[in-house]
Parts: sequence; structure tokens; C-alpha cells
Amino acid sequence: MTYNFAYLDEQTKRMIRRAILKGVAIPGHQVPFGSREMPLPYGWGTGGIQVMAAVLGPADVLKVIDQGADDTTNAVSIRRFFARTAGVQTTTRTAEATVIQTRHRIPEVPLHEGQILVYQVPMPEPMAKLEPSRAETRRMHGLAEYGLMHVKLYEDIARLGHVSTSYDFPVMVNGRYLMSPSPIPAFDNPKLGGMAALQLFGAGREKRIYAVPPYTEVRSLDFDDHPFRPVRAPGVCAMCGSGTSYLDEVVTDDRGTRMFVCSDTDYCGERAAMQDAAE
Amino acid sequence: MAYVAVKGGERAIDAAHAWLAHDRRGDPAMPQVSPGQIEQQLGRAVDRVMAEGSLMDRGLAALAIRQAQGDLIEAAFLLRAYRTTLPRFANSEPVETAAMLVTRRVSAIFKDLPGGQVLGPTYDYTHRLLDFIAGADPAPPQEAPAQPAPMPPAFGILGREGLVEPDAPAPDSAPFDLTREPLAFPAGRDARLQALARGDEGFMLALGYSTQRGYGSNHPFVGELRVGEASVCITPPELGFAIDIGDAVLTECQMVNQFAGSRTAPPQFTRGYGLAFGHQERRVMGMALVDRAMRAGELGEHVSAPAQDVEFVVSHCDNVEATGFVEHLKLPHYVDFQSELETIRQMRSDATRRCEERGEERSDAAIQEPPAPPSPPLDCHAEAGSQ
Repeated sequence: MTYNFAYLDEQTKRMIRRAILKGVAIPGHQVPFGSREMPLPYGWGTGGIQVMAAVLGPADVLKVIDQGADDTTNAVSIRRFFARTAGVQTTTRTAEATVIQTRHRIPEVPLHEGQILVYQVPMPEPMAKLEPSRAETRRMHGLAEYGLMHVKLYEDIARLGHVSTSYDFPVMVNGRYLMSPSPIPAFDNPKLGGMAALQLFGAGREKRIYAVPPYTEVRSLDFDDHPFRPVRAPGVCAMCGSGTSYLDEVVTDDRGTRMFVCSDTDYCGERAAMQDAAE
Repeated sequence: MAYVAVKGGERAIDAAHAWLAHDRRGDPAMPQVSPGQIEQQLGRAVDRVMAEGSLMDRGLAALAIRQAQGDLIEAAFLLRAYRTTLPRFANSEPVETAAMLVTRRVSAIFKDLPGGQVLGPTYDYTHRLLDFIAGADPAPPQEAPAQPAPMPPAFGILGREGLVEPDAPAPDSAPFDLTREPLAFPAGRDARLQALARGDEGFMLALGYSTQRGYGSNHPFVGELRVGEASVCITPPELGFAIDIGDAVLTECQMVNQFAGSRTAPPQFTRGYGLAFGHQERRVMGMALVDRAMRAGELGEHVSAPAQDVEFVVSHCDNVEATGFVEHLKLPHYVDFQSELETIRQMRSDATRRCEERGEERSDAAIQEPPAPPSPPLDCHAEAGSQ
């Protein structure tokens, strides 16, 4: 028994492409779609995988990252899934990829026109933690009634002196829809706006697709007197010496000794290789 | 170094899969269990997997159970992932359960009724004593009498007097398909029943139980519970008439519940409905209780209990979805956690600095004091006082 190119049947892909087109036409708006059961579990990126299956063509070059890294187990597993079911070329090089599937990061190097960045989204509703009913949040989106989220941010600042949200930080897209950027660190939020690449978001279990077309305005919520501040660990990468990339903290012994390394393994590897070449 | 350990890679995955296969097989000195044995001897597990996998195929369900080492949710997931690739030819006609070949049929509301009570193969009156010498083949059961007179549904007797609400008229449009269309709220009863029919048995049981304990009480009686084989028919468009494509073993529960009336309609008993593949009484009874509970809004009852909240029940009853999202917490989250670390360190240093500005000494002990309160008080005096 053989499966169709990129696993899903063509009718299903058409259905997903329609949802994607609608999403692109209404940036930041969550479009319900008939999410299918995939051979990977919900929560492992079934939304991103379905979006990927719908946009992938035989000539595409695929990159998959999880936590910024190409070699984390789930990234390996998803890359293998498409290598097996679509036979497409895969890469770890951000610049070479035509389609990039990601969980929790945006690559450090700016993406270029023609690339597609597909995000895996666990919880597409940005107000889910404030209002559990989707019937209610849908109404709030319809009315652009986002006071609840502003109050949450205000209360954080009043109680803690800071907004306590450090990832999945809510954004306004095109001045209209409040959107979850998926659980990327807030550090990555500024890259969402004005990006040259097409950004597609797939939530399989919650059955929603949304999109940010190229060069769309995306603004992280903030206040005039408390502007949005992206946070990264104050350090440099132990491998490549980057002082601007997003860093993972690595505990190296049981006495709390730490080092920092880039979360974006391709960025880090490229820089280290260039430094080696220069020496 | 830890950094290497958390990075997986293809070799690690391959090795893990090989280990799993070994683990699954168990001691090779023991004969491997066959799907046929599972199908025949673990029939209730097969039935549950068919229901939660939304696919009626005993052989595949048995295969899935073996492949999943008896983890029934994992087995249901295997069936679902297979099912989603299957082409669809037609919707069946509504199954006529009133005409099913009954192996078990009990009504708790009438001592006797047309067609009679049929106890059938049930655990209900067994004594739960471990059978240490099981193994010998049991004596063949008494020859079941050929099905006597037809067994009309028990609530039909009430229906003739108008005491119970009639079946809803068949809708003009095709029923909602939960497996193809995204669910939206408020969800219709067709969508709700589909969700319950493939929902987690334990979730249904617990929610049904909660209604009995007062969280959305609906005074249930088992109007009828029946198990048997029903014909499944489809009407191919090129034929224009229904043809029988096979039989399905089904369990159906018709619950008769507290009555409701209004100024325009005299009081009537209301109903809750449960239906599942195979022999699954617990599932369909829980389902019927929850179905009735979710009709609270429609029947003008106060909606306050979890089982009555359609969005809550339908969004959380699917165990394949639930297990995926709960278990995905095992996936790496260190990028998110890193930003949480930076944020909490920043907050703590800000809080310490503010205390110092106010002339309060904050000892290391205070900073390291476990457990951290959910919202750290900024009032230094209060914190010092709690030492």
C-alpha cells in the first residue's frame, strides 16, 4: 500500500489550501478546517504537518526545526516523515530551504521572499487562558474586543512590575486580529512583523489555520509607558560567540555550572564554521 | 554533556523503536499472541478500540491492540490514523436497532414487555472471584431460543400515551461529520453524539456518574439497553434503493429521564441516547446520561454542571486528542522555559532592588526560601514577617 504524495489525499489538501488562502486574506484570523488524524500524535505538530503537506511540492527543499534545532528528536521525526512520504530534498540550512517547519522558534537569519515558514501551534486562541470558551472568544475576535488581554498585561505590570508572559506573547496582526504567535520566545516576536516570507500557522488538535502574509504589520501588545521588551539570556554563545542570538542555558554539572549556546543550531554552526575558516 | 543528551537524532529514534519492538514482544519463550486470539478472547477490548477508533473492523482493532501492547488508547489512535486514509463511499441509512438480532435486552422500567427481557452474556450477576483454574473450555451455552416476537423499543409503549418525547424528525440535510468538519459551538446533537460515541469511555463514565451525584442531575431510568446485530444499509445513487452491506454488533441505551413540560406542552419524559460498536454497556449508559445532561439548555434547565456544558464535554471527551496534548509536555520546551527563567530572574532582581531601595535587608535565605508563592509579595515587611 502506498500513500499519496506528502501523505494526505488531494481532496484534503485542497480543503487545507482553501483554509490557508482564507487565512492569508484575513491576516491573523483563525480559520476552522477539517483537521485530519495524522499518524503522529496531536501535540507533536499535526497542524504544522498538515499545512506542510498542503503546500509542499516535489521541488521544495524542506527544513524542520524544534526549539531552533534541526537535530531534536521531533524535528528529525517530522523531517523523516516528509522525506518518506513526499521524497523531497531536506536541508538544515535556513537560506537553502524553501519551506521551514518550526516548533517554538523563528530562525535567527532573516528569511527571504518565496520562503514559507510553517509554525506548529498548540493553542491558537490567544485568550484561551483568560476565557476558556471558544464560542465566547470567537465573539470577542468578531468585535475586536481585546480589553481582557490588555487588562491581563496591566495586572501583570501592577503586581509583578513586568508582563509575566515570556513566550507565546500575544500580537496584533494588521491592526485587527489578536493572534498567538505559537510558543516562540517573546525574543522572536519582532521578527514576525514585516517578514519577507509567508508565515502559516497550523493547529491540528484545535482545528485552526491562520496566516501572516509577507510584509504584514505585527505588533506585540504593550503600553506606551511599558514598551514591549524582547528578553534573552544575558550571555554569549559558548560555541560561536554570538552575543545577539537566542540562547539555551545548558547545565554542565550538578553544582549549577552553566553555559549558553545558540538555540538556532544552523546559525551557530554557520558562524562557527566561518570562524574556523577565518583562522 | 547534557547538551548532547537532550539532542536526539535518527540513531536514537531507530534504537528506541527497536527496543520498543523487543519490549512489545516480551519473553520469546512465550508464544506470540495472535490478533485472532485477541479478537476472540479479548472481545471487550476490541469493542472499545473500535468505538474510540471510530472504525468497525475487529481484525484491525485486534492487530492494533497487539501492536500497542494492550494500551487501548494507543490502539484507538492506530485505528484512527488508518481510518483517516480510507475513501468514503456513502453514508449509511439510519440503523434500525428496533429490528436488531438481539443477544441481550433489559429494561429497568417494565417488569416484562413485548419481546421479554433477555439477560444474555453479562457480567452483571457474576461473583467477582478470580478464577484460578480458568483454562478449561467452558461448557457450551444453552441453545438460545430463536428470536421470538419482535422486540419493539420499550419507550414506544410510553410513546403511545405521549408520556415520552418522540424521536426527533430526521433532518433534511446530511448529518454533521465530526471526522471531516471542524467543530463549532453551539454544537448540534448530531455532532455531540458523534463526539460521545468515539469519546473516552472513562470520561463518559465519570461525567455520567457526576450527574447521578447531583452535578446536573437528570433522574435517569434505563428504558432499555440492548445488544445485538443490526443491518447496515446504504443507498448507492446509481441504484436509488437501499442495499444491505453487512451487520454490525451494536449496544444501544435509551435512557428515560425526568420530565419537562411547558405552558404549551404537557409534561413528558425526556430521553438520553447512547450507541456504540460492539458490546459496551458502560460506555453507552454513560453516553446516554451525558447526552441528556447536554440537552439541559435546549430543555430550559439551568446549565451549571460540567456534564451539561456542551463545549466542555465535547472539547475534552476525545482521548486521542487528550493524550496527545497531555503527553506532548514530554517534548522539549527549553526555549520557552529559558524565557521563563530570564523573566523570573529579572522579576526577582527587581523585587530585591526595590526592597533595598526601601532600606530593607533581604537575606539570601529569604530569596531561596521554598516554595515560591505564586505571586511574590512585593511588600518586604510581609515577607520578612513570614520567616
